[in-house]
Amino acid sequence: MSVFVIRRLMQALLVVFLMSVIVFFGVNIVGDPVYMLVSPDADQADIEAAIRRLGLDRPIWDQYLLFLKGAAQGNLGDSFIFGEPALKLILHHMPATLELAFSALMLAIVIGIPLGLFSGLYPDNPISKGIMAGSILGFSLPTFWVGLMLILLFAVELGWLPSTGRGDTATIFGIETSLATWDGLRHIFLPALNLALLKISLAIRLTRAGVREAMSQDYVKYARAKGISTKRIIFVHVMKNIMIPVVTVMGLEFGSLIGFSVVTETIFAWPGMGKLLIDAILQLDRPVVVAYLMIMVLFFVVINLVVDILYSILDPRVRLQDQGA
Amino acid sequence: MTAVLEVAGLKTHFFTHAGVVKAVDGVDFTVNKGEVMGLVGESGSGKSITGFSILGLIDQPGRIVEGSIRFNGDEIANAPEETLKSIRGNRISMIFQDPMMTLNPVLRIDSQMMEAIFAHEKVSKKVAWERSRHALGLVGIPSPEERLKAYPHQLSGGMRQRVSIAIAFLNKPDLIIADEPTTALDVTIQAQIIHEAQKLTRQTGTAMIWITHDLAVVAGLADRISVMYAGRIVEQGLTDDVIDRPLHPYTVGLLGSVPTANKRGERLFQIEGMTPNMLALPEGCAFAPRCRSASAACKAPPPITHIANRDIRCFNPQAQAAAE
Ligand SMILES: Nc1ncnc2c1ncn2[C@@H]1O[C@H](COP(=O)(O)OP(=O)(O)OP(=O)(O)O)[C@@H](O)[C@H]1O
Ligand code: SF4
Ligand SMILES: [Mg+2]
Repeated sequence: MSVFVIRRLMQALLVVFLMSVIVFFGVNIVGDPVYMLVSPDADQADIEAAIRRLGLDRPIWDQYLLFLKGAAQGNLGDSFIFGEPALKLILHHMPATLELAFSALMLAIVIGIPLGLFSGLYPDNPISKGIMAGSILGFSLPTFWVGLMLILLFAVELGWLPSTGRGDTATIFGIETSLATWDGLRHIFLPALNLALLKISLAIRLTRAGVREAMSQDYVKYARAKGISTKRIIFVHVMKNIMIPVVTVMGLEFGSLIGFSVVTETIFAWPGMGKLLIDAILQLDRPVVVAYLMIMVLFFVVINLVVDILYSILDPRVRLQDQGA
Repeated sequence: MTAVLEVAGLKTHFFTHAGVVKAVDGVDFTVNKGEVMGLVGESGSGKSITGFSILGLIDQPGRIVEGSIRFNGDEIANAPEETLKSIRGNRISMIFQDPMMTLNPVLRIDSQMMEAIFAHEKVSKKVAWERSRHALGLVGIPSPEERLKAYPHQLSGGMRQRVSIAIAFLNKPDLIIADEPTTALDVTIQAQIIHEAQKLTRQTGTAMIWITHDLAVVAGLADRISVMYAGRIVEQGLTDDVIDRPLHPYTVGLLGSVPTANKRGERLFQIEGMTPNMLALPEGCAFAPRCRSASAACKAPPPITHIANRDIRCFNPQAQAAAE
């Protein structure tokens, strides 16, 4: 197990390094942040001073080495706009995004798995056909459009739920979260649902496919031949088998939830890192963009690692191989 | 002798898009208390479907269309699901071909054994565990306490099949249907498993239907043999009679394809022709296209006749043909 973890960590480090190259050089190709920062009537001297202040007068590989040196010490550069460390800005906005992504993941699991289970067990039932049609919509409708529709329906027409902001937060277990207050829950519901839509569809399809495959397996027929109740066959024999792939995929999707939250946060004015990123891009605040992308790379790498380890806990077959290794 | 199971005129058909597959098409047999019946036939002849029909485990698009299945005198063909559930794994249990596929890969042996007890009896966990441990010991599994904690993949193929046998005997059933339980195993293990199963049936007085495509396997195990072809039993009789003096041309062919010591070096006989297409069986005897003894009469379906202590479906029985 430890050999496996160390090998995975080495791979992760390499991935992070390569991504830093791509991200840093990629971002530096786009636009000229100086003209965003100096006032329109600034003269040439002002502009040059600004360029020097931002370190943009150096050759780009020099800038990169400087960035790398800072990054190794946990410094991803200062925001051009706020003058604060980019990392600090992102970390400040991160909890809001994490709680949004987490809520969306929970919604996807709580809604998607039961619906997938039902439609997998009764594929010919009209309700199942409805569920499948819904999941196709969930896959194909653009997130921003659904977000606007949700706002229109629940916030504007019905007036049941607020459409912008994070609402009240409270601290539980040392984490400040809107999941701890009623007002916060009311605020997070629509954006979380919006963000979850794609993943609900995914959970439905994964679960349904898994259930249909498992139900045709010999171990189900054998369990029936033993006289085991249908309830136990479904919830123990079948669910235990399909939870492995479903949990793996859903876990891996957490990273993409954080990524997709950029759209949702913008629509619902959710004060998370996605909104910070969009603002940073519009203002060509390169250090913030680079820092955000690096944090995302880290996220994906860590999530992959955690899922691999979880997988080995869930699946006794994997567990045994690792003991042998 | 009291009959445990009486099957009469059983027909199980599958209504597929391509047509009706008459997987079981008029099967009659009786299994007496403590008796082992060998059900033999080529792949696709309807052996497994016969077994599943008895347990009421035929899924769409199939169903039992006709016939009666009497278990301890009670009719159970198309019985309510609750009745069948209380019989399955309790009064009639089943052993499948490949225990790698039938034992659930993510559940421990103990939970797969104990659930078979809990499904039919209200007992404490401790009692169920103790009974499971005892059952594993009976089928010759060393250190059963540890095996109970194992997952299926941690056991060898032979060990897994012993576990399946232990599960089959857990609730002391009246009948066990063993569907090719040794086909996936190598020959030495196969012999051990057969020995174990035989010992247990003798000790407990459990009747057994042993399904196989290999006559050699049932020759030493079964009291009686039923030979199945294309959904019908074509020859049925005492094992010694069927093995020593087969009457049906198909049985003769099956016996010819069994390797034996005194045929060493000779070319193994193969039954000519293809296994029948179940969607397009001939009008008369289904074996006719492959039969060397076929005559004009065989264009009609052969009825069951009783000759030489045997039930056979053939117009031209092979008197002593295999003796040469
Ligand atoms: N679900 C199904 N739909 C259609 N036909 C089926 C179905 N299940 C079984 N059959 C058909 O029923 C016939 C008998 O199948 P069965 O499984 O009983 O054969 P078998 O004698 O057990 O063969 P084997 O030695 O390969 O296990 C086969 O021709 C098969 O194609
Ligand atoms: S009935 Fe005719 S075709 Fe069929 S097995 Fe007998 S001899 Fe052969
Ligand atoms: Mg079979």
